[in-house]
Amino acid sequence: MSLLEVRDLEVHFPIKAGTLFQRTVGAVKAVDGVDLDIEAGTTFGLVGESGCGKSTLGRAIMRLIEPTKGSVTLDGQDILALSERRMRAVRRQFQMVFQDPMASLDPRQSVESLLTEPLRAHKIPGGAAGHAKRIRELLDVVGLPESVVNRYPHEFSGGQRQRLGIARALVLNPALIIADEPVSALDVSIQAQVINLLKELQERFSLTYVVIAHDLAVVRHISKTVAVMYLGGIVEQAPAADLYRQPLHPYTKALMSAVPVPDPNVEGSRSRILLQGDLPSPANPPTGCRFHTRCPWKQATKCDTERPALRELPLVAPGHKVACHFAEDILSGTITPHEVKPEEVALTPAADDTSGIEAAADATEAHVAGGLTPGGPPGAH
Amino acid sequence: MTLLEVRDLSVTFTRSGQQPVRAVDGVTFDVAAGQSVGIVGESGSGKSVTSLAVMGLLPSRGVSVGGTVTLDGNELTSMDQRELRDVRGRDVAMIFQDPMTSLNPVVTNGKQLVEVLTRHAGLSKGEAKTEAEQLLRRVGIPDPVRRLGEYPHQLSGGMRQRVMIAIAIACRPKLLIADEPTTALDVTIQAQILDLLRTLVAESGCGMIMITHDLGVVAGLCDDVHVMYSGRIVESAGTKDLFARPSHPYTDGLLQSIPRIDDDDPADLLHTIPGSARDTVAWDRGCAFQPRCERAVAECLSGPPAVTELGTPIVPHPVRCLRPVGEDVSLHEGNVAR
Repeated sequence: MSLLEVRDLEVHFPIKAGTLFQRTVGAVKAVDGVDLDIEAGTTFGLVGESGCGKSTLGRAIMRLIEPTKGSVTLDGQDILALSERRMRAVRRQFQMVFQDPMASLDPRQSVESLLTEPLRAHKIPGGAAGHAKRIRELLDVVGLPESVVNRYPHEFSGGQRQRLGIARALVLNPALIIADEPVSALDVSIQAQVINLLKELQERFSLTYVVIAHDLAVVRHISKTVAVMYLGGIVEQAPAADLYRQPLHPYTKALMSAVPVPDPNVEGSRSRILLQGDLPSPANPPTGCRFHTRCPWKQATKCDTERPALRELPLVAPGHKVACHFAEDILSGTITPHEVKPEEVALTPAADDTSGIEAAADATEAHVAGGLTPGGPPGAH
Repeated sequence: MTLLEVRDLSVTFTRSGQQPVRAVDGVTFDVAAGQSVGIVGESGSGKSVTSLAVMGLLPSRGVSVGGTVTLDGNELTSMDQRELRDVRGRDVAMIFQDPMTSLNPVVTNGKQLVEVLTRHAGLSKGEAKTEAEQLLRRVGIPDPVRRLGEYPHQLSGGMRQRVMIAIAIACRPKLLIADEPTTALDVTIQAQILDLLRTLVAESGCGMIMITHDLGVVAGLCDDVHVMYSGRIVESAGTKDLFARPSHPYTDGLLQSIPRIDDDDPADLLHTIPGSARDTVAWDRGCAFQPRCERAVAECLSGPPAVTELGTPIVPHPVRCLRPVGEDVSLHEGNVAR
């Protein structure tokens, strides 16, 4: 049975306009219809580029951001239906490890105070002596000496601070840990130490991880299952080895080919799929398949009108889900990639948020105008 | 032909009441025209300070710079600020990590480009505008006329970095210094920018110094690599040679500890380098990497480690280590015993 089940989760942030009477003119669709099943004791990797909604999804699962639609079931309990008070109790079961431990650890609290705070907040029995014993055990578990309890976060190196962040997440004995970019702020030689620590802790305490990261190599290394997000939706999901050996979605293919490999022989010989342009604005996402504006495999039909569902390909690749209308044809080679011109993509750049909002506003107004104008469809002039 | 010669460059930061900090020490390297040279290191290794020292961009107060930097026969280290201002932008240009902080937020992209062209290339405003449009097109920005009238915040991160590159190449510099140009960008955008830099270097024949922490970027872009640790170059080699035969224990450990996307049979745990860059030794007392090194012996702490040449005079591969990886260990142990 899955420890965590997410169904049709949506997080839409409203876009407001007007100074006095704020009206909603559109929504940033940060997460737009995501289903997840995460098995207990495994690691689920969530990858994607900035702005794809991976962090929002992670926070929505923890209810740090209130989802606008959908359900999150942890251990058979629908946590979105819980009251604020009941939710606090359930929060003990899942904890978060953040990217930058310097920002997530209070600089004015000592290690002792930082680590006992969760115990005190959740009124864990044991008293001061019990708590002190518990945190000393934990420091040992994450590889820090007991003597650090009276020190402050600034006295530690980046890797040690992240160990503290992990210790703090472990204090309450959670079942699920959501780690948002746990190693990306660390130096290369320190990253490996923290990745190994996460793996060892998983084995020791049978933890379940959701690891959110942009580094595909790190995610491959620690995950059992990996999902790739693009513009609020999951475009592909598969066991890690299958996904990396044979990516099926055009976006995944491009993403993987863009990751530099530390080997000049590989770098010199492999083919690269260079995507044109930037991520479109999530306030005004492309119709149909979200990726069709930049897709080198885009077809004349379906791609720009119908949003593909995440579906399994039982014949070609069992257990491998992909959201592409033409995945089979791309795999078999009946469809070949074509060149995408930068001009075609540049119509809806992500940074043009203002114009995106204007466009959304224009669209609603045009719609209203069209409805009010007798005779002729909107835009007939 | 050698374009840039850096000889024995050192940078020391002094603050009253505190021990001076030697951030860069004895750095020596060359860049030829049309060549890309990578400088790799982790935070605090001195790679960015090296590039700032080459550009003469370090403040004069509290900083002492030693050694020489020669560009095309002209010694930059002896120039005054006025002469240096002419060199920067015209002969040497720099691309920084975060274009949002290096572009002026209240000036349009066009004006920032035109400024470089009128200041250094001596073009009139009208000519400069036409040239600016050409440059934006060259770095792959669609609809350049519209973009020239916009401000940096209206562009995405990748576009902004393209504008930064357009400004850098505006006066056809002989040397381009790129300091972590893709670190703030997503992988697919990183691939676009690296592809652009590769094309620009090949077309214009300028030299490039690529400063990065990412060995993958180096593998795909650079001809030569210098690995820095704690302010000194610890290993230098041709890119292929370095990856085929990493010889400094630090380089070797680093390469082994990076998870690879093309590794179909990954080991359960990654190789790690113990400790952190804080566990260090002053170079004049011994090897700075000694506290973290698996191969360290007592001799490593007896004065600055000598450079061992593992290559040939034509294909050099110097390593600042007494016991390089892959060399006959027993031989060195014999030395220690004696």
